[in-house]
Amino acid sequence: MPNKTFFWFFLPTGLAMILFIGLPIISTGIQSFYAQHDQIVKEVKKCDPFGCTVSIVVDNEQTSKIREAKPLGKFNGFGTYTDRNHLAVGEIKKFWNETESFSAFIDQVTNLPFYKALIFTLTYCLFVTPNVLLLGFIIALSLNAVARKIRGPLIFGTILPMIVTPLVGSLVLFWMIDSQGIIGANIQNLMNDPYLSLKSSKTLTWITIIIYGIWHHSPFAFVVFYAALQTVPQEPVEAAIIDGASRLQRIKHIVLPHIYPVVTFVALISLMDNFRVFEPIIGFSAEGSAQSLSWLIYDNLVNEEVILFGSAAATSIMTIIGIAILLAPVLIRTWKEFRIAR
Amino acid sequence: MRKILVTLLFLFFGTSAFADCNIKSGSINILANDFPALRTFVETSKQCKGSADFKVTHSSEHNKIAVPALTANPSEFSARIAANSSIVPLMNQDLIRPLDDLVKKYGKGIQDSQLITIDGKVMAVAFMANTQHLYYREDVLKEMGIAVPKTYEEVVAASEKIRASGKMQHPYAAAYKAGWNLAEEFVNMFIGHGGEFFKSGSAEPNINNAKGVATLNMLKKLSELSNPDYLTHDSEAIKVEWESGNVALMTLWASRSGTLLDDEGDPNITKATKLAGPATVGGGNIPAATLWWDGFTLAKNRSDADADATFRALAHAASNKKMVADAADQAVWLVEGFVPGPKSIGVIEAVKMKAKPYPMLPQMGLMHGALGSEIVEFLQGKESAEQALKDVEAAYISKAKEQGFL
Repeated sequence: MPNKTFFWFFLPTGLAMILFIGLPIISTGIQSFYAQHDQIVKEVKKCDPFGCTVSIVVDNEQTSKIREAKPLGKFNGFGTYTDRNHLAVGEIKKFWNETESFSAFIDQVTNLPFYKALIFTLTYCLFVTPNVLLLGFIIALSLNAVARKIRGPLIFGTILPMIVTPLVGSLVLFWMIDSQGIIGANIQNLMNDPYLSLKSSKTLTWITIIIYGIWHHSPFAFVVFYAALQTVPQEPVEAAIIDGASRLQRIKHIVLPHIYPVVTFVALISLMDNFRVFEPIIGFSAEGSAQSLSWLIYDNLVNEEVILFGSAAATSIMTIIGIAILLAPVLIRTWKEFRIAR
Repeated sequence: MRKILVTLLFLFFGTSAFADCNIKSGSINILANDFPALRTFVETSKQCKGSADFKVTHSSEHNKIAVPALTANPSEFSARIAANSSIVPLMNQDLIRPLDDLVKKYGKGIQDSQLITIDGKVMAVAFMANTQHLYYREDVLKEMGIAVPKTYEEVVAASEKIRASGKMQHPYAAAYKAGWNLAEEFVNMFIGHGGEFFKSGSAEPNINNAKGVATLNMLKKLSELSNPDYLTHDSEAIKVEWESGNVALMTLWASRSGTLLDDEGDPNITKATKLAGPATVGGGNIPAATLWWDGFTLAKNRSDADADATFRALAHAASNKKMVADAADQAVWLVEGFVPGPKSIGVIEAVKMKAKPYPMLPQMGLMHGALGSEIVEFLQGKESAEQALKDVEAAYISKAKEQGFL
């Protein structure tokens, strides 16, 4: 495609991307460098049906004057990024100097909200992404091998987890693993422990969310792999059969190399999706045991009665950076291959 | 001539229009939490809407919508039904208007005690009171020979006895869902121990002390006597637990008593469900509970005409003797003419025992938020009480700095 044609072809998409993705990210970035102005409070008398007390309120007259002068707030630089609820630079230095063993240091660091969330998010990515790829590939291979007649209904059944809304899917599982639900009660019976609860143990909650993630995301990998399998040329496969190659050898030496670019694509998309894990935490009411970066943003924006825009913006920017770092190896590799191919 | 005609017309409508309050224009849009008493209240105000537009959003997620919706100009809602805690963010951002003129003009039936005044200005009109108090199963306690507990120490002892007898495995319940609910339980218990959340006259936190540790230890003891899923249980979930007969002692909102004692569910359990005042803790005199009021506030970023119409409709309900007589079971109404019934015991006992109201401080929301997420690991047995309290203070300080309180 000539460059000029490409330019005009891409222009509408590009404009929409700048408008709906680029500008909001820039605005979030700017917001993350600002904090609220110092609150001006005054002591007043407050009366309610239970009596009167003297206590403080925000002085709105004074505050509105400052706000009008500087609507963005007080410039804070990287202050929000480095505070205890984010990268916690000061705290980590302190822990490093104060703790005696390395494991005590790690304990202290993983107790900080940002690192706690980061560890869950990475664990989730690390377990869900490869399993989704593997499971999706196995399902695609098996379905590709069954008789054409029953393939349609089977495919439909397989992609159901993707059709079900994430929140509904997680709620269904949430009720099933309740200590009085069908899975929860049976596990209690099996283990002979009436106090066992999938929801109160941190490890079990993590496992539940990861299994849910694999269940929910596999159909996506399956659909893409299944489509790719249809394009595998039959001649080399037949030649391999004549040469006496086993099924495993055929998959390893013919099918996989052929669909390799698709695998990269699915891996990229899954990684990005999994890094933003959010719905299952809400669906499973797992806020106590599992927090992800996206959940931290949500928490800053809605769970407090006071909205923390600066905090939420800083976490958003760090999430974007996190995704970029995760994707970098795959992207660099694709880029290199692209250059060799040219 | 024309003047006389207008006056006559006005008189005519004025007399016949008691039911619809003669509201001729404006639009009314209310944001409220979702429980039976608030539905009754809003329905009553609707009778008075006249020819004004009337919309209402009942949502248990009201806290998440309120500030953004009222910040817009014109704001989405003309009124917000708020409580002690949820009025604070509206005050911090200057989103609600003083009601003095409107009260003078249209607030005839509203009692002075209903007015929430801040710095001499009426900012809200309260219509009901709420608190968390004890519910108990009379049949179970009688069978075991246990007296109705008055302190949380007795609640623990009673629950342990019931568990030891094998009758129930998880005899106690309270809304311990991580987040707002769990933090609210901490607030109650901490106040019961005589704690103050902030160093006097400042926004410096003051919870990492002996009272904080005692509070956490009591919460942990109670959580061990609860369903193991307690960290996911909110008020609705423990209500279901109670109705399935799994629980003998429970701390729950007074405003939920109506649905707990209605005709749905096992009649034997309903019959044996009894209400008591809130418990004290650690030998304290004041109950480990906070008093709450629910009242209405009007949005600032909305036209005067809308504020007028909204106030008149809501004031109609906030001074409605018929409503409080008909719905006496649903809440402890602060409206004139309310006769407390058996379901109001909890709140009335709490007031008698001099329970403290939930602290109406500008930075309290940040403290509440920090508590909700940082004490979870202590309850799971993963860290010490001191470490948990240290974490709460540190999380709070970072947030308070970002918000300019420190």
